[in-house]
Formats: sequence, structure tokens, C-alpha cells
Amino acid sequence: MTLAATVGNLAAHTTTTTTTAAESQGFLSPTGVEIAFLLVGLVTFGAAVVTVTTRQLVHAALWLVVALGGLAVEYLLLTAEFIAWVQVLIYVGSVVVLLLFGLMLTKAPIGRSPDADSGNRWAALTVAGAAAAALVWVVVDAFRTTWIDLDGPAAGSTEATGASLFQNWVLPFEALSVLLLAALVGAIVLSRKAKADAARTAPTAGAERDTRAALAERDTRSDAEGAR
Amino acid sequence: MTTTTLAVLVPLLPFLGAAAGLLLGRTAPGFVRPLAVLPTLASLVLAALVAARQGGGRAVDAATELTPTGSVPIELALHIDGFAALVAVLVGVVATCVQIYSTGYLRDDPRYPSYAALVSLFTSAMLLVVYSGDLMVLLVGWEIMGICSYFLVGHYWETPEARAASLKAFLVTKLGDVPFLIGLFALATDAGSFRITKVLGAVASGALDHPTLIALLLLAGVAGKSAQFPLHTWLPDAMAGPTPVSALIHAATMVAAGVYFIARLLPLFEASQAAMAVLAVMAAVTMVGSALAALAQDDIKRVLAYSTIGQLGYMTGALAAGDRGAAVFHLLTHGAFKALLFLAAGVIIHAAGTNSLAAMSRMRNLRDRVPDAYWTMTVALLALAAIPPFSGFFSKESVLGAAEHAATGHTEHAPGAAGWTVLVAGLLTAVLTAAYAMRLWLLAFRGRGAEAPDHGRQPVAMNAALWVLAIPSLALGGLAFRLLPDWFDGGDLAPTLTTSVLGTGVALVGGIVTYAAWRHTTALAARVPLGAVAAHPEGDAALVEAEAIASHKPAYGDVAYAPDPSDPGRLLLGPLHRHAAVGFHLDAVYTALFVRPVRAGASLVRFLDREVVDTYVRGAGTLPRWLGAAVRRAQTGNVQTYVSALLAGTVVLAVAVVLVATGA
Amino acid sequence: MHLAYPAVLSALLFCTGLYGVLARRNAILVLMSVELMLNAVNLNLVAFDVWLSKAAEETLHSGQALTLFTIAIAAAEIGIGLAIVLAVYRNRGTSDIDKLRDTAEGHEPDGPDTDAPATGPAAEKAEATA
Repeated sequence: MTLAATVGNLAAHTTTTTTTAAESQGFLSPTGVEIAFLLVGLVTFGAAVVTVTTRQLVHAALWLVVALGGLAVEYLLLTAEFIAWVQVLIYVGSVVVLLLFGLMLTKAPIGRSPDADSGNRWAALTVAGAAAAALVWVVVDAFRTTWIDLDGPAAGSTEATGASLFQNWVLPFEALSVLLLAALVGAIVLSRKAKADAARTAPTAGAERDTRAALAERDTRSDAEGAR
Repeated sequence: MTTTTLAVLVPLLPFLGAAAGLLLGRTAPGFVRPLAVLPTLASLVLAALVAARQGGGRAVDAATELTPTGSVPIELALHIDGFAALVAVLVGVVATCVQIYSTGYLRDDPRYPSYAALVSLFTSAMLLVVYSGDLMVLLVGWEIMGICSYFLVGHYWETPEARAASLKAFLVTKLGDVPFLIGLFALATDAGSFRITKVLGAVASGALDHPTLIALLLLAGVAGKSAQFPLHTWLPDAMAGPTPVSALIHAATMVAAGVYFIARLLPLFEASQAAMAVLAVMAAVTMVGSALAALAQDDIKRVLAYSTIGQLGYMTGALAAGDRGAAVFHLLTHGAFKALLFLAAGVIIHAAGTNSLAAMSRMRNLRDRVPDAYWTMTVALLALAAIPPFSGFFSKESVLGAAEHAATGHTEHAPGAAGWTVLVAGLLTAVLTAAYAMRLWLLAFRGRGAEAPDHGRQPVAMNAALWVLAIPSLALGGLAFRLLPDWFDGGDLAPTLTTSVLGTGVALVGGIVTYAAWRHTTALAARVPLGAVAAHPEGDAALVEAEAIASHKPAYGDVAYAPDPSDPGRLLLGPLHRHAAVGFHLDAVYTALFVRPVRAGASLVRFLDREVVDTYVRGAGTLPRWLGAAVRRAQTGNVQTYVSALLAGTVVLAVAVVLVATGA
Repeated sequence: MHLAYPAVLSALLFCTGLYGVLARRNAILVLMSVELMLNAVNLNLVAFDVWLSKAAEETLHSGQALTLFTIAIAAAEIGIGLAIVLAVYRNRGTSDIDKLRDTAEGHEPDGPDTDAPATGPAAEKAEATA
């Protein structure tokens, strides 16, 4: 309650108009946007739950697409259109594809795998449940009367976002490009090193097999030489 | 050089010799023998010079305070009167003889360097005790003698007897030293000084508050050091050390330190009638008991050890009778002839290959093998038995005379009863002394049976030391009894007619009765063959003795006793023999009184520690161990488990923070 | 719109991802769950940014900028994460998180388990290259 009061005070400090607007809206007076948000949110949450519970690994990745797409819709509902399209491009377009490649490269079984969940499931459920209860309680307690005014110009239009990004966030943006480069190089190094190891072990194993074959040949006088 | 400088050099030289011997013993073995003999010899010469300069006149006093030490000052002080000068000469003579003798006796001993250094250190400590004018400095020498005695008695530490004996000697003398130290503190507190002259001045002016308490406390230390009843039991066992050590420490010097100490502080003891009475009773019990025990011993050195205890009893008896002149006179003559007896016994043990009298009595012609030892020992035994004109006669007569003097009430401070006690006990002891001297002589030199083994001649160093000591044993008494009163308090030391006739008479009776008994029993000797001799008769004397000591118990069942029916002592003592042989069960009594309770207490403590305390400790350790095991089970290596626990804790903390922040 | 809706949805998504991280066995599924958690945070950031951009004058659109950064970093993270998972899979022959127990106390029977498959793929690969 005090938390709610604090946030309320903060809001009151910033502007009085929103406070009055929030007060004018009742707690249980859903607008059309809210109903849409709620429905999409239910779908998103359901998809997320299926993602972390399904026994079929590839299905998990596909349900993740649904959840992330749902989130993109939520962004749109929150008038953050640029973020929404970036979400679709990056997550649905690349991240999930990467994850699917990862699943394939690690020879993930197609179909139901009985051991998709570890023995830690019940502890995880407890922790997650407790965390959800605590978070929802606190969040609802703090923001149940806070109102987002979605009218007027879109807060997250491409123009607004671009202006903000290249006026105020240029330096972090450039630093982020360096980070991405570093991640790129790191991923390549990690993969290459493993390949180099495999390449180094392979000839020795082959040589060993050769000597063994040579021994067999000397003993049996078979036509192993021709085969080689 | 002044007399003081000379006197300082006397204890210092052997000390430096000891230090040099210990340092050079390994690196330069060639220097060990000169380093052992020469400083001692030099200090003998210097002591003689000091005595000549002092000349029995006024005491030489010198003191220097090194540093302030608190309430009662401790000074490096010299106090050289006639007693100190003469006793120092005696110590020098005996120590020199022993060092010379040891060069032959421990000829091949690998531990000779440390042995010689310890003997030198011991000599230095004794000279310090003799010359010191400060009781704390005296105590330093007193304790150094104790620790040297421990090391020297344990010289043959390979044998269990020597190990036990050295520990026993150390512990028993320390048992006396604790009350001695307390007594010294009490005395210094009362007198306000550790200086002997000031203490005696305080005694003379009656400034002491607790003379009886102090005297009895000091007496405990003296009883420990001088082997008086009831703290004498360490001395016979200390015969497990090498013979020269027995001669130096346990006959002539260390045990004399206690008597000498009382002689120095006699006015203090005279201030308390109770202390004098205790002293008299102690002396009487000591001399009679030890003489009886000496008659029953089988080991030749234990006979001499008990004889030493008895002669020390004579000295304390003389002190109880208030005559320190007689006591120190007997100390001087006894120091000479007892040292001679021990050294000669060492020669005999070497020649016979055994220390058992029973075995020696079954050897023919032992005296022809060791003629020097035979003649010198005869002289010393006659002196011990107080036969005129040997030196022991005059000193013992002076003791008996002093006792008679006190008994008839002519002595100022000594109670008459003390005089009578000492006189009667002294006469009784005279009979027994003559008897055991006779028995020793007969058994050792009049044996019958197989020819004694021939190991060639004894080393010259050993025989020379014997003859040097034979001269004072023979003549010191007769020459000195007229001169000594000038050095001492001036009391007459000449033998009186009554005690001379009585003493000599009973001594003769004792000797003759023993001879008769021996004639009676000696026929039995042939029937019971006995004897165990050392395995390496060709080795040096120290090796032979160590083996003899080690083999006595397996051969005869006891270190002190041999089942020999031909022993005249057995006939003379009758049923008492069994008890006398083991020192009247005093060791058993001590075992029952002290050793067993201490052991029981120790095992109780061990039980408490192991079973009770440790249970708590183990119990305290169990819970952490269980906790540790539980926590270890958490270390599964599964990262998800770790993260689960981490996040659960985070949630709990977050909820707690929210609850606190909202004041719920 | 009430701020509580996106906030609660974000909390629920975050906890779902949390459950997935803690409960899933396959490392790639764990990575998916991490993505879910990141997206929950993103939703939070966007919602609060929209709220504050209307309620306050100068907000610099920090929430949306941070969301963009988070998306970029998530992309980088998924690349690196997949590379690590692939490397582990090559070395150990498995991408199951609860079989990677090298930090366990003592040597539990897992040791041989992890060793045996490790030799298997290596041998396979050796054959493949040969």
C-alpha cells in the first residue's frame, strides 16, 4: 500500500493531469485496447507455458515463435511499433531460426522425448510459483490505479524512436555494435576451435587404424593394401 | 693475586674446562683428557693456596652485586672460613683423583668427553657451593649438582637400571629441594638478606621469627641431598652409574653438600630445639638402618652406598650434638676413604667381571690380581671401621665425643636427649660398620673356588689415584686432629678415653663376630655354585661394570640381593636379612604411598580425558559433521539446483524486503 | 490502459521463463526460456516507457532504447550460447545440463557416464574424418 502510495506520489509529482485521468478511470472499466491486450496476453502466456512444458523440442521452438509474436502484438498495442517490428525481425526471424539450427546440430530427437524435463521440475515449479506470486502481488499492489494514456502521438513510432536513438543514445548504440562484433568473433572462435580439435584428433586416429590394418595385413596377407 | 681472585678462579676453572670439553669433545678428541684433568688439578692447587692464605684465621668475605633484583638483594659473594677452605681442598683432591682415574676407567668409552665435562661441571658446582657466601648463589651450585648427578648416574643409559636410577635420584633430591627453596625464601625474608654472614648475624640477634619452620624446611633439602632418612633411597640405586661418579658424587662431595650446608648455618638450626631433635632422630635412624642394610647387600657398590648413608648419619649426628667441627672433620676423612673405597671397588669389579659379592666369594686369589686395590681397600676399610690409627678412627671418635659431650649436658644448644640418641646409635652403628666392612673384605678377597680370571694389570692412572687417596685415609686423622680446631670453631677434636675404648671395642667385636660367622658359613660356599660375570672381560672397566650391573638382576633376581647361603651377613642378621636387603621395604612403602596414587590419579585423569571430555568434544563435532554431510549432499554439480536455491533465496529476500518496506 | 496489465503479463512471462530455465534438461530449451525472460523484461521496459513518455516531459525514450539494446544483446547472447552448447555437445556428446556435473562434490557415478559418451562421438568423428 505504501508502495502504491509512493508510485502515486511519483506520478503526482510528474503531472497532475494523468493522476486525475487515472482516477477518472475505474479499476474495472476495460477499454477496447485493454480487452485486446488481455486476450493477446493470454495467448502469449499460454504459448510461453507450452514452450517450457512441451516434450517435443521442435514444438517448443515453434511455440516460442507464437509467444514472441504475441509479444510483438502487445508492443503494437502499446503503440511501440518500431520495437514490435524489430521484435518480429530479430526474434522470430533470426533467434528462433538459430535455436532450430542448434536443435538440429545437437541431434535433438524429433517427436516426444520423455526426459525433456529434469528432476528439478518440482523445485523449479515452486520457485517460479513463489516468484510469480510475489511479483504479481507487488506489481498489482503498486500499479493497480496507474493509467497509461495511449491517446495522442504514438510513443514508439519509428520517428520518435529514431530521433531518440540517434540524438541521445548514439554512443551506447555504437558501443553495442562493438559488442555485436565481439559476439560474432567469439562465436566463430568457439566453433572453429572445436573444429580444429576434431581435425587434430582425426589424423592420429586414422594413423592408428592404418598401423593396425598394416599389422593385420602382414599377418593374414589379405588384400587390405588394395582396399587402402 | 689476592686471595679473593684465587678463590673466584677455583670454581671458575673447572667450569671453563667443562665448557671447553663440551665444545671440543667431538672436534678435538685429543684435548679432552687434558681439558678434564688440568683445570681440576689447577683448581686443587688454587684451593690449597687459598686454604694456606686463609690459614684458619678470619673469614675472607667479598661480595659484588651484579644488578638490583628486587626486595632481597642477590650478590655474588664469597665467604671463606676454615670449613670452606678445607672442604674445597677435599673436593679438589677427590675430583682430581676421580678425573685421573676416569681416564683409565672409561678408556674406550665413546661418551667420555661429555662424561668428563659433566664431572668438571659438577666439581665447579660443588666448589661454588663451598665458597659461596650468598644462599641464592649456593642454590645455583646445589641445583647444578642435581642435574649433573642425573646425567652422570644415567651414563649407562642403555641399561634400564641406570635410567630408572637417574630419574629417581633427580626426583627424590628435587622433592627435598622444593621445601629447601621455600625455606631459603622464608629465611631471606626474615633475615632481610641472602648473605650467610648477615643471616648468621640475624640469628645471633634473634631477629628470626620462625626458626623452627625455616630449619625444618631447610632440613628437607639437606635430607634429600645428603641422603638422610627418609629421602635416602636414591643413593643405593644411584650405584647404577659409573664407579668414579659414585666416588665423586655419592661419597665425597654432593652428599657432603647437605652436611656442609648445615655446618655453615648451624646457629640457625641451634636456634630451634625441635630442629635439633629432628636432626638427631634422623641421624640415628639413618645410621642404624643403613648399616643393617649394608650388611645384607650383595652388590659391592651398594654396600658402600649404604655405608655412605651411615657415615653421613654420623655427620648429621655430630651436627645434632652441636659440634660442626666434628662433623666437618668426619666429612673430610670420610671423603678421602670413601672415594678410595669406591675407586678400589671399581678396580675389583673390573678384575672380577662382576659386582656381586656372592660371585667374588667364589673366586680364589682375587687379591693377587689387584694388589694395589687390595692394600688400599684394606686401609680404607680399616678407616671405615674406625680402627686406630686410621683416619676414620679420629673423626668418628670426635663425633662420638661430641655426642657424649651433648649427652652429659656440656653443650649449650644441643638437647641432652639428642646427644644420647646419637651416642647410642653411633655405638650400635660402629659394631655394624665393622661387621659389614669385615664382610666386604672377607667376601671380596678371601674367596674360595675357581681361580679369578686374569685380565692383566689395571691402568696406571687408576692405581695411582688409589695410592694418592690412601695417604689421607691412613694419616689424615692422626695428623689433623690437633691442627683442625684452629681452622674450625676451636672445639677439641682429640679422642676421649671413654668413647675411644668403647668405639674401638665394639668395632673389634663386630669384626670378630663377622669373621667367626664367615668361618662358619664359608664351607657352604662350595656347595652352592653362583656367579655371573661380564660378557666382555677384556673391555675397559666401564663396559665391564655396565654389563655387570645389567646382568645382576637376571642372574640373582634383584639388584641388591643374592640367594647366597654362605653369606655371613645372612647368619648375623637372621630373619632381618630379607628386609635389610631391600632397604627395609622403604621403596615399597613409597610405591604404595606415592607412586600408586599418582598412577591411579593419572589413569583416572586419562579416563576422564578419553571417555568424558572427549565424549563432549566428539559430541560437539558430530553436529557440524552431520551438517557438513548434509551440505555436501547439496553439492550435486547440477547447475539448475544451484540456481533454484539461489532464486528461492532471492524471492524470500525480496518478499521480506517488501514486507519490511510496507511495514506489514 | 491500466499499467497493471502489461506489468502482470511481464511478471508471468518472466516466471514462466524462470521455470523453464530451472526445469528444462536440454540446454537449447534453457536458452529458449532465457529468451522468454528477456522478452518479459522488454515488455516491462516498453510499457513503462510508454507510460512515462506521456506522464513526464523529458524521458529520452530510455525504455524503448534499452529494449532495442536488449534485443541486440539477446541476439548476441543466443549466438554465443549456441556456440557454447555446440562445443559442449561435441566434447561431451550431450547437451543435457544435469549431466554436466564436473563441479560435484567427490566423484559420483556420473563420472564414467560422462566419460563413456565422450569417447563415443570422438571415435565416430575419427572414423568420419578417416
